[in-house]
Amino acid sequence: MSSSATSDAQPPLRIRGAALRRGERELWAGLDLDVEPGEFIAVLGPSGSGKTTLLRAILGLEHLSAGTIETAGRRVERRGNRHIGYVPQQRPLPPETALRGRDLVTLGVTGHKFGFSLPRRRERDRVDALVADVGAEGFADRPVGELSGGEQQRLRIGQAIADDPGLLLCDEPLTSLDLANQQAIVALIDRHRRERGTGVLFVTHDINPVLDVVDRILYIAGGRFTLGKPDEVLQTSVLSDLYGAPVAVLRAGDRLVVVGAPDAEVSHHHHHDGDELGGVHA
Amino acid sequence: MNWSDIGDAMFGGVADYGAILALVSNSVIAGAVLGLVGGLVGVFVMQRDMAFAVHGISELSFAGAAFALLIGWDVVTGSIVGSLIAAGLIGWLGARARDRNSFIGVLMPFGLGLGILFLSLYSGRSANRFSLLTGQIVSVQNAQLGWLIAISILVLLGLLFIWRPLRFDSLDPQSAAARGVPVTAVSLGFMLLLGLIVAVAIHIIGALLVMALLVTPAAAAMRIASGPWSVPLLAAGFGFVSAVGGILLAIAGTLPVSPYITTISFLIYLVCRLVGGRRGRVTRERIA
Repeated sequence: MSSSATSDAQPPLRIRGAALRRGERELWAGLDLDVEPGEFIAVLGPSGSGKTTLLRAILGLEHLSAGTIETAGRRVERRGNRHIGYVPQQRPLPPETALRGRDLVTLGVTGHKFGFSLPRRRERDRVDALVADVGAEGFADRPVGELSGGEQQRLRIGQAIADDPGLLLCDEPLTSLDLANQQAIVALIDRHRRERGTGVLFVTHDINPVLDVVDRILYIAGGRFTLGKPDEVLQTSVLSDLYGAPVAVLRAGDRLVVVGAPDAEVSHHHHHDGDELGGVHA
Repeated sequence: MNWSDIGDAMFGGVADYGAILALVSNSVIAGAVLGLVGGLVGVFVMQRDMAFAVHGISELSFAGAAFALLIGWDVVTGSIVGSLIAAGLIGWLGARARDRNSFIGVLMPFGLGLGILFLSLYSGRSANRFSLLTGQIVSVQNAQLGWLIAISILVLLGLLFIWRPLRFDSLDPQSAAARGVPVTAVSLGFMLLLGLIVAVAIHIIGALLVMALLVTPAAAAMRIASGPWSVPLLAAGFGFVSAVGGILLAIAGTLPVSPYITTISFLIYLVCRLVGGRRGRVTRERIA
C-alpha cells in the first residue's frame, strides 16, 4: 500500500487569502492556513461562524469569493475529492437500513463508481483491511441500523480513509457520542494520522476531547481568525480580542470552558449541513 | 350475489385455463418484468423515503394517460409524459424531504382531478376508464405490452448503471458529494427511472395501486434482510411473485387482476413482518 500522504512534498492543504460570502454576508475573509502531513488542527468557533462551510470549500462544494485552496499541491476545482477523507456528524441511521456495517466502508471503496460489476476480490480485501484498521471486525456484519453511534462512526472513518487520503476532514464527528466513544474515536483518528502522515482538520464545538492530541487550533469568530498552539489561542486576552467582547477562558478540573462567547449572527440561509450545536466549550 | 356467484367470478374460467393463459402470455411477461424491476426500484424508494412521491407521480401519470385517451393519442405515451413531468417537478422543487412532501400533497389531488376531468369528457369505451385507476393488464394490447416490457428493461439497465452512486447518495448524500459523486445528477436520474417505471405500473395495476409493486415488496424484504444483495434480490422476488401470481390467479375467473396482486404483496409483507418481528425487538433492546 503506498502512502499518498507522505510520498510528495506538497502540504496536504494550503489556503491563501480565502474568503467566502453567502449572499450579502461575508462568513470570513483573509484566511491563510497550511496543514502539514500528520498535523492535527482543531477548528473552533461559535455556531454559524462558517466552520462547516470551510470544510465544504476545501471539498470543492462551496465556491470561494476570493483566494485559493490547494490540496496536495492541486487547486480545488471539481466538486468532491476522493483524495480527501470526510467524516460527517454521527447521525443515527434508520433501523431498517438495508446495509450491514461493512457496506458503509464499501461505499468508500466503490460507492463513486458507475456501471454494474460484481464485487471484486481486490475491493473485498481492501474493505476487510479497512474494517480491521478501525477495529470494526466484531460488528461489521451486523445491520447498520442496529449499531451504536460509536460503532457507526468507526465505520464512517473506515469509509473516509478508503483511498488513504492525505487530508482528513472531520465535521463534529463526536456529536451525540458518550465520553468513552468520544475518546475511542479521537484515539483512532490520532493513531491513523501518526501512522499514515494524514493531515487532520477537526471541526468541533468542544475542544476538551481532542485537547491532548491537537497540534494547532484555528479559532473562527465574527469573520476573523486566530491560529496557533492551544495554549497560545485558548487565552482570555486572545479570545476577547478575537470576539471583540470580553470572553473568559476558565479551567474547571481538567476541562477548559470559554465563558461569555456570543453566538455568530444568525444566518438567514437554511443550509442543511449547518446544524452545529450552539454554545462553545473550548 | 351469493357464494356460487363469487365462486364463478373467481374460478369460472378454470376449465379453459390453458386457452386463456395462451391469450394473456404477454401480459404475464409484462407483469413479471414489472414485478422484478419494481421490487428493485422500491429498495431505493424506501431508502430515500419517497413512497409518497411514488403516489404523487402515479396520479399525474394517470392524468397524462387520461388526456391521451381523450384526444386519441397512445395511452402509454400519455402516461409517460405525465410521469416525467411529475418526476421532474418533484426532483426540481423538492430536493429536501420536507419541501417534497408538501409539494406532492399539493400536486396529487390536482393530477387526480385532471385525470377524472379527462375521463368524464371521454366518450369511448367505458371499460378503459377505470382500468387506468385500478388496472387491467389483460386488456392492454400486444403492441403496448411490448413497449411496457421494453421500458421496464430500460429502467433496469439504468438502475444497474447508477446502482452504487445511488446507494451512496441514498444513505449519506453529504459524504457521497464529498467523494465526488455527482449527487444532483444521480438524484434526477433516479427520478427519471422512477417516473418511467410508475408509468408502466399504472397500466398493469392502476394508478391507485402502484405502491403494491413499488413499495410493498421492498418494505417486506427490509423486514427480514439487511444485506446489499439479499434485500434487492428478495424485493425483486417478492414483486415477481405478486405480479405473476396475481395475473395467474385472476385469469381463472372474471375478477380484475389488481386485487390479487395487492393481496399477495400484502400477505408477503405480513409474513415478513411476523418473521422479522423478533429482530426488531432485539434492536430496541440494544438501543435501550
